[in-house]
Amino acid sequence: MAQKKMAIIASKGTLDWAYPPFILASTAAALGFQVQVFFTFYGLQLLKRDLASLKVSPLGNPGMPMKMPFGPGWFRGINWNIPNAVQAVIPGFESLATVLMKQTIKNKGVASIPELRGLCQEAEVTMIACQMTVDLFGMNTAEFIDGIHYGGAATFLEFAGESDVTLFM
Amino acid sequence: MADQELDARGLNCPLPILRAKKALGTLQSGQTLKIIATDPGSVKDFQAFAKQTGNQLLESNEAGGEYTFLLKKS
Repeated sequence: MAQKKMAIIASKGTLDWAYPPFILASTAAALGFQVQVFFTFYGLQLLKRDLASLKVSPLGNPGMPMKMPFGPGWFRGINWNIPNAVQAVIPGFESLATVLMKQTIKNKGVASIPELRGLCQEAEVTMIACQMTVDLFGMNTAEFIDGIHYGGAATFLEFAGESDVTLFM
Repeated sequence: MADQELDARGLNCPLPILRAKKALGTLQSGQTLKIIATDPGSVKDFQAFAKQTGNQLLESNEAGGEYTFLLKKS
């Protein structure tokens, strides 16, 4: 049986949206797929050596439950409905939400992003940084992890054209 | 008695699968790996993993919120 292939475009640079590409890439690799992830626009944040700056923003994100990762069960169950207008004016609101989210991730036995990315690297998932976005945003490639490639749309399409699964995230 | 045992309790998707894949890598063909997990999603995931990788899923059981799987390395 020919080896299956999966091509992903990772275009978002937040803590929550870092999960889908790394979960699917690491799992597909474990299932024997050959995997390429093309990181473009804000997705390039996911290639930085230091992932501590990834944040989750509840602002303008009505689908995000806002629950506390500590306290008794009834307290954890409360969904804090904080209006956007209030979130927007509280300094550090995103940082606070990110700290709480990271605690929830830990509590629930969900892998951290550095761990998932490490598993992708171990499984030889090919990671491609979009050269155009690097230039556009003037990103410092010294901040990126080692072993990544640089390319453009044609690079992605060459592999995607032969892939069994192609996803945009 | 399995040749190796993997405790994946408390771990969530996709960690049980990824840890199992890693553990299988240390086994010889024909040896077995027992996995204990608490993630309800792992039931379907291990079926899919077995189908996709060719490693046989010999057993899949649930008791008291714990799921045990027995995989035979292909």
